[in-house]
Amino acid sequence: MTSLGNIFKTTFRRPLGAFSGGLLLLLYLSAIFAELIAPAPTNAQDLERTYHPPTKIVWDGGLRVQAYELVDPSAASYAAIEGESYPLRFMGHGFEYRLLGLFKTDRHLLVCDDPKGAFYLLGSDSTGRDVFSRLVFGSRVSLFIGLLGITITMVRGFLVGGLSGYFGGRTDFVAMRIVEFMMAVPGLYLLLALRAALAPHFASDQMFFVIVIILAFIGWAGTARILRGMALSIRQQAFVMAAESMGQGPLTILRKHVLPNLLSYLLVAATLSIPGYVLGEAALSFLGLGIQEPSASWGLMLSEAQNVKVFYLNFWWLLSPGLAIFLTVIAYNVFGDVLRDVVDPRSQKR
Amino acid sequence: MIAYLFRRFLALIPLLLGITGLVFLLMSLAPGDFLTPVRAQRDVSREVIQSIEQQFGLNQPWYVQYVKWLGNVVTGNLGHSWAFKMPVVDLIGQRLLATFLLSVSALVVAWGIAIPLGVLAAMYKDSIFDRISAFLAYAALSLPEFFLALLFMFLAAQSGWFPMGGATSIEYEFMGAGGKILDRAHHLVLPALALGIGSVASIMRIMRANFLDAIRADYVKTARAKGLRERRVMFVHALRNAINPLISAFGFAFSGLLSGALIVEIVLQYPGLG
Repeated sequence: MTSLGNIFKTTFRRPLGAFSGGLLLLLYLSAIFAELIAPAPTNAQDLERTYHPPTKIVWDGGLRVQAYELVDPSAASYAAIEGESYPLRFMGHGFEYRLLGLFKTDRHLLVCDDPKGAFYLLGSDSTGRDVFSRLVFGSRVSLFIGLLGITITMVRGFLVGGLSGYFGGRTDFVAMRIVEFMMAVPGLYLLLALRAALAPHFASDQMFFVIVIILAFIGWAGTARILRGMALSIRQQAFVMAAESMGQGPLTILRKHVLPNLLSYLLVAATLSIPGYVLGEAALSFLGLGIQEPSASWGLMLSEAQNVKVFYLNFWWLLSPGLAIFLTVIAYNVFGDVLRDVVDPRSQKR
Repeated sequence: MIAYLFRRFLALIPLLLGITGLVFLLMSLAPGDFLTPVRAQRDVSREVIQSIEQQFGLNQPWYVQYVKWLGNVVTGNLGHSWAFKMPVVDLIGQRLLATFLLSVSALVVAWGIAIPLGVLAAMYKDSIFDRISAFLAYAALSLPEFFLALLFMFLAAQSGWFPMGGATSIEYEFMGAGGKILDRAHHLVLPALALGIGSVASIMRIMRANFLDAIRADYVKTARAKGLRERRVMFVHALRNAINPLISAFGFAFSGLLSGALIVEIVLQYPGLG
């Protein structure tokens, strides 16, 4: 039984593990420090610069951002103005915020503080909001929904699976029939129905929690089933019997003897199922049933790209949230795979 | 065998009851019903609405409604769609065919790509090809269906090679039989690809593992010892045995596609059940 610290250490020593783990760390750090990294707030509209293409960055005695002018408002086509640019400031002044909710500041990693200049790393959307800033802010929802959801799922899956595996008999029978029922219902439809039932009881800014609840409600069944099987086999071991004969209660045994033996499995399962939550949130928001405007989330931003204008006029930068989802999911999948190899070398691919 | 089938069907009944009951419960928890838009209109009198409520039993609790609905379904009456103004049976029939067609073609796409890839990856194990296909499988697994569908819409709009949405062209009614089939197939390409690519990865991995097992089996050694040509050994002896376990995964994969079709149909504006 290796400790969690050791598992992570070995995982990060492997090139794939280090790469995907590093990418995930980067993503989460940028989500935590979103205000510092994003040059604009989520909702700063600029109706004179809608569908602005990504601005070029030029070097002219310092980083400068290329100036653009609107050529054809009907097709939203912009052209660079030769030789005109605005300076970019490293750690310059922008909108005011509280870093980590504590320190009041207005410094940003890279901003254009010229009031006439526009700095769009990834272009702007239909109301002239900076796509890159929204991407960074949206990562908060998309990334943390996975972590929160998986925590709820794992705790519930562990309790149901562990208890029914431990007690067996009638408890086990009832719990497993419920689990089978949950697994038989097609996830997406249950999601839509649950969302319809829950939505009126929450304000639109509490939607984040509604989605977490829904996703966790759907996801726990599979985990519970597998954990039950593992708890069943651990229950036969001598140390559980010893603990029982010493008079420990079932919950204590579950926590002290069963849980440590399941920990590495839980870790791998959690890593591999987080992508499901990221994708679930994105799909819900994409269908207009998840996070609502004006908040930002990757799925919501993609739903805005679902527009004939975007398709025909080639506003490709509006698809960048899709790339972000893709990177997050693939990083989790690769990291989970490496983690599994480390935890259980026997299951290695042939 | 028949007794076994019978038992399995019997086991389905409580499951179906449970699912439909859950849907009814959730629908009743959601606010509003199909009369809400009618109520908002001023020119419909309260008496009319009340009589409709009486007629459809909308003022009764959800379990009474559920039992009524169940009775109707058992006698073959699915009711009348309020939004589409046609019997639900016809509506479902029409849409189901389109979704079924889409799922089948997605399946063909998925298996058509995954099986050859899996076999090749196993035959040239640890080669560059194996590595690349493994990476592609990862990528396909991590690409959300709706994003893929969006990308395809983008491609269709930019290149004009494929139609943007729909299941048939406007001129569909005036085409010959061959033209009709071609037209439908043309509209199916992008949705089927978008839906199918997601499941390529898992099928390919299973296929690769199966094929590796089959290659190491004794009967392959025997076949080689008999002096059969390598091609025959691989594609007749090994492949047939390696494909077997996949057949049983067929039903499962199909049901997964049917439910996954929803989002792809919405994004690509394909008129199916979604």
